[in-house]
Amino acid sequence: MEALLAMTIGFLVATAVYLMLARNVLRFIFGLVLISNAANLTIFTAGRLTEGAPPLIPPGADAPVGDVANALPQALVLTAIVIGFGLFAFALILMFRAYTTLGTLYSDEMRVAEPREEDAK
Amino acid sequence: MSWLLAAPLVIPFLTAVIAFLTRMSASGRWISVAGNLILLFASIILIAEVLNEGVIAGQMGSWAAPFGITLVADKLSAVMVVITAITALAVSVYALADIDERKEHLGYHALFNVLIGGVTGAFLTGDLFNLYVWFEVMLISSFGLLVLGGSKAQIDGGVKYVTLNLISTILFLSGIGLIYGMTGTLNMADMAAKLPLVENQGLVTVIAMMFMVAFGVKAAVFPLFFWLPAAYHTPAFSVSAVFAGLLTKVGVYALIRMFTLVFNGDIGFTHEILLWVAGLTMLTGVLGAAAQNDIRKILSFHIVSQIGYMIMGLALMTPLAIAGAVFYLVHHIIVKANLFLIAGVAERIAGSTDLKKIGGMYKTAPFLAILFFVPAFSLAGFPPLSGFWAKYILVKAALDDQGWIIAAVALLVGLLTIFSMTKIWAEAFWKNHPGGTDPKLSTLSTLERRHLLIPIACLAAMTLIIGFFPQPFVTFAEGAAEQLLDPSAYMAAVLGDGA
Repeated sequence: MEALLAMTIGFLVATAVYLMLARNVLRFIFGLVLISNAANLTIFTAGRLTEGAPPLIPPGADAPVGDVANALPQALVLTAIVIGFGLFAFALILMFRAYTTLGTLYSDEMRVAEPREEDAK
Repeated sequence: MSWLLAAPLVIPFLTAVIAFLTRMSASGRWISVAGNLILLFASIILIAEVLNEGVIAGQMGSWAAPFGITLVADKLSAVMVVITAITALAVSVYALADIDERKEHLGYHALFNVLIGGVTGAFLTGDLFNLYVWFEVMLISSFGLLVLGGSKAQIDGGVKYVTLNLISTILFLSGIGLIYGMTGTLNMADMAAKLPLVENQGLVTVIAMMFMVAFGVKAAVFPLFFWLPAAYHTPAFSVSAVFAGLLTKVGVYALIRMFTLVFNGDIGFTHEILLWVAGLTMLTGVLGAAAQNDIRKILSFHIVSQIGYMIMGLALMTPLAIAGAVFYLVHHIIVKANLFLIAGVAERIAGSTDLKKIGGMYKTAPFLAILFFVPAFSLAGFPPLSGFWAKYILVKAALDDQGWIIAAVALLVGLLTIFSMTKIWAEAFWKNHPGGTDPKLSTLSTLERRHLLIPIACLAAMTLIIGFFPQPFVTFAEGAAEQLLDPSAYMAAVLGDGA
């Protein structure tokens, strides 16, 4: 199971890096979504995988009985997903605004804040 | 005890909520000022307590460490919170005149206070994942502040700022996952205790490098600083000032915290890299500044070069060097935020921050010239201003450690900083205004003058105080360095004395 997840993470990161190297900023944020999911899976996998043992406490007991899955990585991933979603929503809107106000999606052509020497003259 | 630690977090967030609800009325801006004033009081009580009691820690939600989230204040954290509160107060007063109603209606004051809450949270937390959350709080509010107003340049700068910071966030998050997998803990003190027991120390160093890159982006070190000069000159001046003063310094703080407390196992490797990074950051920053012709762009590049000095202190890892880095942090935040505020006034009265388009302010606005002179030449390290002592301690630490090259780089960069500052001085203040107008402070209304100049004057006065009476500050920085280099008190405070 670890090996499978590790390969999935590797594949996600590879695809994400490929997308993020593009000059088109829209591709970049698609890459960002993939790589943030890879990061979430990394946390999940690094927290050890336990199959078929939900971290539930049986009625009447104070602690779970026997081996159960580690709930903390799940909590971390959940937090990270929520934060990642917020950031992604913001990034998407920002790129849309960039497209409407700057008229381009190519990062090479976004030179308003740092004009080239020849353009400034 | 824990209310003392939680207060610097709760106050900004409460202020933000109230400021958001009142954003349509004129009282919103005063709520921001009041909130930051209360924050300053709370942080002064906190630092007094830290000075009396040593490191203090509080467990949130009464879950014992290392399971719950711990807030910790040692001398470094406490002084960073105080300096944050001072900067926030100065900028919120400045914002009374600087931020127009449109931006207020969009929620400027709420975002600003959330940002401050994120910054103080990052300084006070003792939990790595919690640090990530505070970084995100800070990041999302800084995104909002950066593009608030939505001019072309802001959107352009925002794209670069957002993308590069998000990459660093992902690296940080993956690093947390891996280190949790290795140690089974997220509490930084607990992690420091457990990391030496990890079998494969090579992997620890790999993760340390991930954190170095992640925090390196936030701190804007070479070669990861490109987002900073691309974005910092675009938003409102209040926003630039608080970004310039605080945001990169949170990255530096995180580097100092992690590489003294947690990743101190392979100093020969990690800190050697940091030393190279420090030297190159100083040089590229100052050379980049030399090529610029806009006050805010010059200052942005100087943030980068000054970060190099702080990293240099961390890289040398001697008590004196760390003390120098802490002193430098404090001095730099005040000076840098102030310079951006002054650039804002210069733009208001002279019409631009482009050096080619302005001038003459020495003759027509001598008061502003004096106010500029103090932080600018403190930045360059003129004795007896605060920057001189900061640089002096660091260079002495480098020489004591036989770091001849880094000491030479530090001195050379100091010299080049003088070049940049004299350039601004000569162009903006000495030469005549190219448009033939006389930029006068009296063109501002009395109220504007009061709101813009009082914070600048107060920050300049603090620079002078640190410069003329450096001894208590140096003693404090040495105390902070002692705590950082011997984390046993920190760990005992967090984990309880049994650990």
